[in-house]
Amino acid sequence: MKMRDLNSRRSSLHDALMTGVTNWRATVLVLGSGLVAGCITVNAPDEPIVIELNINIKQEVIYRLAADAGTTIDENEEIF
Amino acid sequence: MTSTRHFRPILAAALVALALGGIAAPAVAQRDPAYEAARAAGTIGERTDGYLGIVSGGDATVRRMVDDINIRRRAIYARRAQAANATLEEYAFTAGCLAISRTDPGERYQAPDGSWQTRGSGAPQRDSRCP
Repeated sequence: MKMRDLNSRRSSLHDALMTGVTNWRATVLVLGSGLVAGCITVNAPDEPIVIELNINIKQEVIYRLAADAGTTIDENEEIF
Repeated sequence: MTSTRHFRPILAAALVALALGGIAAPAVAQRDPAYEAARAAGTIGERTDGYLGIVSGGDATVRRMVDDINIRRRAIYARRAQAANATLEEYAFTAGCLAISRTDPGERYQAPDGSWQTRGSGAPQRDSRCP
């Protein structure tokens, strides 16, 4: 957001208030642009976004299955 | 009662055979030499999802072997997951955590970011949820 844009928006708000504009549309427009100016800009990260495909697997489930899975590997050594 | 007397040696022989079979069983359950060699060469490695993956240069024979082992793993995971009231993916992922832990130095495994790593002397890079 450039300073000039901000200043012009401020001055239009100022004018609107000072001249006692009764047109509600103009008021909404001025307030709306004020809200846009207050938005937070989020920049995309430089690193590639890694999509975790197994994100839904909960740690507590993994811990519950760990002993059983260990036995399974032991009992099927030829394919592990 | 003669039949009982004759039956006893047969029963004893059966027990001996069972005992010998029990001892011999682990020898049968060893990895196939081709599988062992492909692991040691780093052609194939353990994926994070509990299955084998081809790291590089796998020919048709290696691909077929990996597919065969993965199909067998999947069948076991599915059966065990059902018994443990878990999903196939949850069970397979847990087995993957353990399989990566159990890799020998020099073998390949998949890091959480998807890259292939060579197992060193220390602990492997694993998902933070791994036990």
